[in-house]
Amino acid sequence: MTKEERLKKRHKAEKRFRFYGVVSILVALLFVLILVQNIFSKGSSAFKKTVINVEIFFDQELLEIKNGASENEIIEADFYDVAIESLIKAYPTKNLKEENQLLKLFSGDAEFEIKQAFLDNNNLIGKKINLNITASDDIDQLHKGNYPRDLPEDRRRISDFQLVIYDFLVENDKIGKNFNNYFFKNGDSRDPELAGIGGALVGSFYSILICLLLAFPVAVLASIYLEEFAPKNKITDFIEININNLAAVPSIVYGLLALQILLATIQLPRSTPLVAGITLALMTLPRIIIPCRASLKAVPPSIREGALAVGASKFQSVFHHVVPLALPGTLSGTIIGLAQALGETAPLILIGMVAFVVDIPSSPVDPSSSLPVQVYLWSESAERGFVEKTSATIMMLLSFLIVMNFLAVYLRQKFEKRWN
Amino acid sequence: MNFVLIFLITIFSLSLFFYGRSKTKSISIEKNIKLKALPKFYGYYLVLWCSIPALVFLLVWSLFEPIIIKTIIIETAANQGAIFDDKNEANLIYEKIKAIHLGTYFGDIDSILKESALSYAKFINLFTNSKVVLIFGIIISSVIYALNKIKNNNKARDDVERILKGLLFVSSLIAILTTLGIIFSLLFESIKFFSVINVFDYLFGTNWSPQRAFVRDASSITAEEYEDLKDAFGFIPLIAGTSFIAFIAMLVAVPVGLFSGIYMAEYASSKVRKFSKPIIEILAGIPTVVYGFFAALTVGPFFRQFGESLGLTVSSESALAAGLIMGIMIIPYVSSLSDDVINSVPQSLRDGSYAVGATKSETIKQVVIPAALPGIIGSVLLAVSRAIGETMIVVMAAGLAANLTINPLESTTTITTQIVMILVGDQEFDSPKTQSAFALGLTLFIATLILNYIAQRAVKKYREKYD
Repeated sequence: MTKEERLKKRHKAEKRFRFYGVVSILVALLFVLILVQNIFSKGSSAFKKTVINVEIFFDQELLEIKNGASENEIIEADFYDVAIESLIKAYPTKNLKEENQLLKLFSGDAEFEIKQAFLDNNNLIGKKINLNITASDDIDQLHKGNYPRDLPEDRRRISDFQLVIYDFLVENDKIGKNFNNYFFKNGDSRDPELAGIGGALVGSFYSILICLLLAFPVAVLASIYLEEFAPKNKITDFIEININNLAAVPSIVYGLLALQILLATIQLPRSTPLVAGITLALMTLPRIIIPCRASLKAVPPSIREGALAVGASKFQSVFHHVVPLALPGTLSGTIIGLAQALGETAPLILIGMVAFVVDIPSSPVDPSSSLPVQVYLWSESAERGFVEKTSATIMMLLSFLIVMNFLAVYLRQKFEKRWN
Repeated sequence: MNFVLIFLITIFSLSLFFYGRSKTKSISIEKNIKLKALPKFYGYYLVLWCSIPALVFLLVWSLFEPIIIKTIIIETAANQGAIFDDKNEANLIYEKIKAIHLGTYFGDIDSILKESALSYAKFINLFTNSKVVLIFGIIISSVIYALNKIKNNNKARDDVERILKGLLFVSSLIAILTTLGIIFSLLFESIKFFSVINVFDYLFGTNWSPQRAFVRDASSITAEEYEDLKDAFGFIPLIAGTSFIAFIAMLVAVPVGLFSGIYMAEYASSKVRKFSKPIIEILAGIPTVVYGFFAALTVGPFFRQFGESLGLTVSSESALAAGLIMGIMIIPYVSSLSDDVINSVPQSLRDGSYAVGATKSETIKQVVIPAALPGIIGSVLLAVSRAIGETMIVVMAAGLAANLTINPLESTTTITTQIVMILVGDQEFDSPKTQSAFALGLTLFIATLILNYIAQRAVKKYREKYD
């Protein structure tokens, strides 16, 4: 091999090596793209729901309430018969079996939607109005094109007759898409068309709030102590080792801790944002202390010395000068820690947040779910409609995380002073 | 009640602040003496003495009150003739008594329950009253103490700072308390578990099927039953599955992470770096439940279909899918740590290599990487400890049945999956099945601790070498 050939070979190796690096970065970037694209394409349809336009006739005989009935009487009244009688007129059916199939196109909440419409308007007794009734999950998925209709009938959840009705509705322009208010308003449900993240949103909000209230002050005080006051001795070293180790402990271990101490020993109520918040606070604490200490460390000693020189006490120099300067870094570290806590699932599963909770929690001691746990719960469900709901929940979760991270970056760039 | 108390304490503290400030001011003017601190510090001093002892007392009281009342009530109920066999039944009766007291119980109420509910009400009343009295006693005595100090013109600023410094110290102790809490809670149940199951049967057993131990009283196990039980809690399949999935993850994460780390540190222009580094770090910020969802619903089925088209049987919960996705999640841990480590290799080493005519890649391969090796190994070990402690991806995408295999297309299970499976939903405490989850947690905790310790040592040693 001549000298030139060898050099050529070496340069080729150089190019190859560089190429591997580019490929690796591209692989990582590509995966981010695939993941986001996958979630968006599956989830974006969940923000709309399919509705069927039906003419509702409020027959006084079926309703059994008088004109000018009070609101309470209306809420007590039974709208089931009115609903059935009106809904079966959506398509001419021949027998009871066909009627049943027709009724299955509508969500189980049709009755209550009709009642709500009655409450919203005055004097509907004996009158007819056109209402958009939420369709059942199967029709919803069919209309959104997520459900294959060319399978043989016994492998479909929708019968041939229901397909005929569906085509009839499409032809007559009776079926359409509306904004899915249920997705944001409702708690969990066994019916995908009624299931929402309202409960999970509130649960996550309470958990993160409690986590913030507990973790932020303790983390800031602890890092001030360790960075500014702690003497160099064994206790301080031990505390530091502990903090570093705690930051690396798998999150599920915090779930076991909460199960044993918070639930079994102190007997706090299970499945509640209170327990979730405390667990997340314990987990986030070391993860906040580390950036807090870094931002305190970044404040140059001249600031402290300046304050001491004009007669401030050690405390005054720290709290009047160092802490305000370190605050942007502290806050952004806290926000990033909270963002991690918001996406944490495993410890919450262990403290029982996987319970099926329909009601929206009204306080931190009510049983509730949280956004990531809702993702886990729905991803285990078999219904097709839950796939888009899960993806949409992930979209919500990711957008919260993006907002929090941007806020953290913004705080740091806008307010942090550079010292050199 | 507690909120009212906290509110009252706040009000008292605030008024004491203003009182202390103005009082010392007026004293110094009247008697024409020089104060040893600014007037506001006397106010702070009073506030601290008024609030901290009372709040600490309130916290401790609230933690122990329910437990004490419960024990008393269950005891009195037992004395009155209520019959319960174990702890669960006692808990149930206690909940009933509480519900009767609150008026939310609609079942049958017999005389024992009624009596107990009455005594419950009595005790609640007694406890609340004594709590209020004690708190006021504490506030009054500590405030009197503080007022006396102030009158003597103490060095209020130093005193205040000393108290606050104590407060700072206490907050930093929470880290130690958390560690103790973890160790205590894991050990407590694990010891119970290991008193039933031999440690060696656990560590070296090759069969994991805890559902066999579903309903069994741990306290009275015969030798025959034990023969059956010891075979249910074999740790080997779990550690095998965990390491296997972690190994697949590292096969993805190490090359990709290391090469991107090298590229970022050595080749990339600052523009490329500024843009691609945060995007790669997004991978670490995505919640793991999202990866789990993606692995379970997209990657797993895709691999199965792809395998079918090649004539392979691929489980839809294959170790490959879980490992691959976990590997992608870990890329940023490897890449940013190795990026840092490579950056801290001194430039002189590179310059020396260039000077003897090496190309850039030769320099990296033969000089930079060997120099940075301890740090790189440390970062890989940190990534491994992440991988074995990762829960959601494997819970959603890996299998549930323990399965000793090295075929990546089959399903295996992991330590974390089993913990979740055992503890999700209703658990019966005191069954070896529930306790085994804590034993698994303890094993996991120790394993990650050791890995982290070695990794941190490696990185630290390496840093010291070039500092």
